[in-house]
Amino acid sequence: MRSDVKTWIGAGVTAPVRLLAQMADVPLRQWQRLAGRGGMIGFFLLPNMLIFGVFVLVPLGINFAYSVTGGTAVFLPDRSYVGGANFDRLLDCTNHFDPNSCRDDVFWIAVWNTVRFVGLQVTAMTICAMITALILNSKIRARAFWRAVFFFPVLLSPVVVGLIWRWILQRQGLLNYLLYQFDAEQVNWLTERGWAFTAAVGVSVWAHVGFYALILLAGLQAIPRDLYEAAEMDGTKPARAFWRITLPLLWPNLLVVIVLSLIRAVQVFDEVYVLTGGGPGTSTLYLTQYIYEVGFASTLRNSGVASAASLLMGGVLVVLTLLQLGLTRWRDRK
Amino acid sequence: MNPIRFLFRRKGGKGWHWTDLVTWVWLGTGLLIMFGPALWLVLSSFKSPTQLAEFPPTILPYVSQTAEVGINGEVKELPLYTAVTEDGQVRTLAEVRRIGTVAQMVDPDAPDTVYKVNINDRRPVRQVGFEIENYLKPLQAFNFGLYLRNSVFVTTVATLITLLTNSMAAFALSKYEFRGRNGVMLLIVATLMIPLSVNLVPLYSVVSKLGLLNSLWGVILPTVATPTGVFLLRQYMLTIPDELIEAARMDKASEWQIYWRIVLPLTAPALAVLAIFSVVWRWNDFLWPLIVLSRKELFTLQVGLNTFAGELNVQWHFILAMTVATMIPVVVVFVFLQRFITAGIAGTGLK
Repeated sequence: MRSDVKTWIGAGVTAPVRLLAQMADVPLRQWQRLAGRGGMIGFFLLPNMLIFGVFVLVPLGINFAYSVTGGTAVFLPDRSYVGGANFDRLLDCTNHFDPNSCRDDVFWIAVWNTVRFVGLQVTAMTICAMITALILNSKIRARAFWRAVFFFPVLLSPVVVGLIWRWILQRQGLLNYLLYQFDAEQVNWLTERGWAFTAAVGVSVWAHVGFYALILLAGLQAIPRDLYEAAEMDGTKPARAFWRITLPLLWPNLLVVIVLSLIRAVQVFDEVYVLTGGGPGTSTLYLTQYIYEVGFASTLRNSGVASAASLLMGGVLVVLTLLQLGLTRWRDRK
Repeated sequence: MNPIRFLFRRKGGKGWHWTDLVTWVWLGTGLLIMFGPALWLVLSSFKSPTQLAEFPPTILPYVSQTAEVGINGEVKELPLYTAVTEDGQVRTLAEVRRIGTVAQMVDPDAPDTVYKVNINDRRPVRQVGFEIENYLKPLQAFNFGLYLRNSVFVTTVATLITLLTNSMAAFALSKYEFRGRNGVMLLIVATLMIPLSVNLVPLYSVVSKLGLLNSLWGVILPTVATPTGVFLLRQYMLTIPDELIEAARMDKASEWQIYWRIVLPLTAPALAVLAIFSVVWRWNDFLWPLIVLSRKELFTLQVGLNTFAGELNVQWHFILAMTVATMIPVVVVFVFLQRFITAGIAGTGLK
């Protein structure tokens, strides 16, 4: 009875779609007769490639053009050619490790903040994901439940993640209450430079660790069980089995996870932006926010500089993505 | 069997090992850290503004009890307190007014005697209760109903377009041999390297040239041609035997019919995975809508919520409630479809 109802509802939903598809068949048959199978291939590819072209490839071209033009105009023809001036402005430093010595000090603050963020976040993420995956792969009860526990924050929106933690980390928030319970000193998590940075890293690990743990778990589960059984029969200690069996066989997956989390960490923006707004001062200002602020949020939009910065970040991402694609192929061949 | 022994017995039945302890500590803390914050958010969202300002906070939301007291012929609704009066007795009293550190209180049943109580000697009488107002007010007064509608529109339309265009492209790339196929594949791979955050500035100019600024279509269109979607579907379609298609051609099916009557139904599992992901992606999108939409009535929930949190820095009771409301659809997806999502990620590395 219930399945009947379901079938009826399903039919009700799909009927209009079917009707539309059926109606589309008449003109498409004509087109097929006219243009042959090749024409149909074109038809199938067209919508997706058109959107790709207009919203990915054309903008990419414009990006290069923007980076060598100046002024505040949005449309290319209205902009003046400035050559490498935008890149000069970004890269001009007497000492690249000291943002104060750079012409665009905010850019270099963002660069070094991003580097520090990426370093700490990827390390913490990999370690946490690895431990979680190993534990989820061991003989525990209710594995599906525990997997879901760690996966839960992955689906939350960055705005929700940012606000949840802003609420917990505020001066009179839950975390300070817990510290107060244990007679520890309370901390202004989001308004002290060092703590805000730590909070940004921590929240971002919290939000994504489940995703990477899941990939590692899939890798662990692909390791044949009999290897461990054989090792056990030979009297191998579990620690040795980990170093000699688990790690070498998991290595490709681990590398993919590291590179993937690198790619994501370089682009960090939304949850940190909602959490701290880049502050206090510039202590959690990262590259994407720099681009957003220079290109959109400030009153004097400087699309040229924002594009130049985007391309510099894009260059890093291209290298990392090529690395990831190569690694994935290498892993899948293994 | 002894219940404690039952809970702590190990699979395999061997003795304890230090790794068991690590496992339980990790899982226990994990449960607390992963679910705790969201739970705390939900509990806090039902608290009144005064309660939110309290430190130390209570775990559960409470609603203060009030009593109707007739004073000088006027009936007023006054908050109830448990107070220690000057004679040392504990009474349940209603507070009429407060002057400095002294509260003037009366017994609701005998409102003629006024007791003066130091405010430190009284505690509000309250019960676990939920402040539903936190949810109702923003939905009516602050456009949240509108934001919700915009988000639902963007999510639904973008997902439908994604499914249609990605599956058509994947069909062409998996079931036909043609010149330039590898070129097209390479092009799609290349777009993997250009995430939105790199293309923000020029994409903005393209979208504005097309007249799509401050339009929900400007939010939808740049996101729908996902390379990951094409990949996922193509991978799946490659497993569909070509003989089926040949047989259909013998029966004079058009190429379009082959696509939607044979290949598409067989790709249903992969389409479902992509649909779930697309819904979560589009629901959660933040940076791009933030850039494209500047008119308030067009905001999606995420942008609306962020703006709201920026404007009403002190009105946490509304912010928390709206955060919960924004979270609900994703939690529903999580509860019912978590299995498909985790399988999808493990199988494809998609996110």
